[in-house]
Amino acid sequence: MSQMANRLSTEQTAPRSLLEPSDRTRPETMLQLTVRRFFRHRLAAAGLVVLVILGLSAILAPLATHDPNALSVSERTQGPSLNHWFGTDEAGRDIFARTLDGGRVSLTIGLAATAVALLVGTSFGAVAGYFGGKIDAGLMRLTDAFLCFPQLFVLIVVGTLIRTTELRVLQGSIVPIAVVIGLLSWMGLARIVRATFLALREKEFVEAARSAGASNARIMLRHVLPGAIGPIVVQASLLVAASIITESGLSYLGFGVQPPTATWGNLLRDAQAHMQTLPVFAIAPGLMIFLTVISINFVGDGLRDALDPHGRR
Amino acid sequence: MGSFIARRLIGAVPLLLFVSIAVFLLLQAAPGGPTGAYMRRGAGLSGADLAALEARLGLNDPVHIQYAKWLGRVVQGDLGMSVTSRRPVGEEILDRLPNTLYLMLAAWLVTLAIAIPIGIFSALKQYSKFDHVVTSVTFIGQSIPIFWFGLILILVFYLAVKNPFTGDPLFPAGGMQTIGVPPTLGDRLIHLVLPVTMLAAGWVAWYSRFLRASMLEIVHQDYIRTARAKGLSERLVILRHAFRNAAIPLVTLMALDVPFLFTGALFTEVIFSWPGMGRLFYTAAERRDYGLLMAIIMITSVLIVLANILADTIYSWLDPRIRLQ
Repeated sequence: MSQMANRLSTEQTAPRSLLEPSDRTRPETMLQLTVRRFFRHRLAAAGLVVLVILGLSAILAPLATHDPNALSVSERTQGPSLNHWFGTDEAGRDIFARTLDGGRVSLTIGLAATAVALLVGTSFGAVAGYFGGKIDAGLMRLTDAFLCFPQLFVLIVVGTLIRTTELRVLQGSIVPIAVVIGLLSWMGLARIVRATFLALREKEFVEAARSAGASNARIMLRHVLPGAIGPIVVQASLLVAASIITESGLSYLGFGVQPPTATWGNLLRDAQAHMQTLPVFAIAPGLMIFLTVISINFVGDGLRDALDPHGRR
Repeated sequence: MGSFIARRLIGAVPLLLFVSIAVFLLLQAAPGGPTGAYMRRGAGLSGADLAALEARLGLNDPVHIQYAKWLGRVVQGDLGMSVTSRRPVGEEILDRLPNTLYLMLAAWLVTLAIAIPIGIFSALKQYSKFDHVVTSVTFIGQSIPIFWFGLILILVFYLAVKNPFTGDPLFPAGGMQTIGVPPTLGDRLIHLVLPVTMLAAGWVAWYSRFLRASMLEIVHQDYIRTARAKGLSERLVILRHAFRNAAIPLVTLMALDVPFLFTGALFTEVIFSWPGMGRLFYTAAERRDYGLLMAIIMITSVLIVLANILADTIYSWLDPRIRLQ
């Protein structure tokens, strides 16, 4: 408090206009600026709140509700009740608990697949853009080749192989699906990162770092990569949404995560047989996917505005 | 332009070789491999039978020899046999293709008929009520999982809402026509309603947002002001000057979507039991018909490459500012 008073007293001689912005003693950091601009975007803030609730409910679900995998012969395919909010499936499992638990699996796969895509896409894009020349040409050809794969078809084939061959041991696991989705979706990211690296590698600060003796790896990670962080974050948020949709679609078709592990997709597959009697079963998991994806898309929009260097302050 | 296309086609060859090797390895070298389908059917094959089968199919050759043989046949137009139907893969595909094209073209026409006016109007009346509604609805359309939307359509228009006169479901939820009665135009059209709605919902969202964005970019250009200044009617300015230019990126987007006219919308065809390419692929995967899976993936990859070249060519042809080197 006394420090503040001191500073004010020394500055008292300066004209009022020089003190602007008056109430801030130090300039806003980049992070503060981004956060402030993000929360100005109301739908993005709402999206973030929804995502936090969804994430918490997925994590805390086992504490509050039924065991998602507990079978109950006496309570098969029941309608919604006070005990079972969304009713029970044909094995007597609580659909509400399975929907929350499925969320945990679907969200994990979305995040994990995005992490894989981030790792591959960012490294390929960074190396291609930074070194240029033959390395760039080679890596970009590889990117083009991956873009030729019909993603859904390849995923279905991988799913078939996991389901029916000696790879069967991987069936209940979410790792192979997450990895394969990631390996089929890094291409856009690689192109974006490459473009930024191409643009930034000629800048003076890179020159300065190099003449100061920094290694290529250090320049790429410490000097150039931060400049690409905006587009990377935005693209990554969209990838999480896309991966969740891809996973749930694949599991819906029966080529994704296999029961009894619940995901939003394979819940919808189970629900199909009971559309007439138990419509809530077909509505709830899909609504969760929709809520998640639209929230992520709003957050992505907010991030795009918040991280745009040319945007409004 | 001819030399550009030729160069791009030559450049596509290594891409397609890479894709074919990757897919071949995935399917042929996978544990359980190509004989899996025979084993699954429990046809009482002994170990010796299986060995003979493997020898007959050339599965004892090293992988690269198998690949070379397969590639040689494909280049000659022999896509192999379907294990489950014992018919040539090419025939299977040609059987299904018309059904897929029929569904996709119907959905595509509906999409354009809705998306183009919506895109134009919401751009012209930016920030109006109409624009707000359009932007929100298309945002929802882009976030909704398409297969779930299909299920909801069945739930509402097949299970919940009934035809008030007959008590039948409002719309049929499966197949291309009523089985067992002579096909009529009305019957075929009514079978299109739900699958087309499911497909068009997603596409309209993408196309109209895309067109809105490119219209917004163009209506602020100087040549639009010039067109207005020389006294053209607003209708002419919008249709002849603005829309024609805004449509260029839309046309390339459509060219990029051509492969999906061929593959069909897998989810739509599965949910509505539509006998098209997407469902063919789905059932082939369920029956582990590797030959069929491989052929469809390869054809699709070729189409994706060709669609990319087509999109670039159309773009430069429609937009003289772009020069292909």
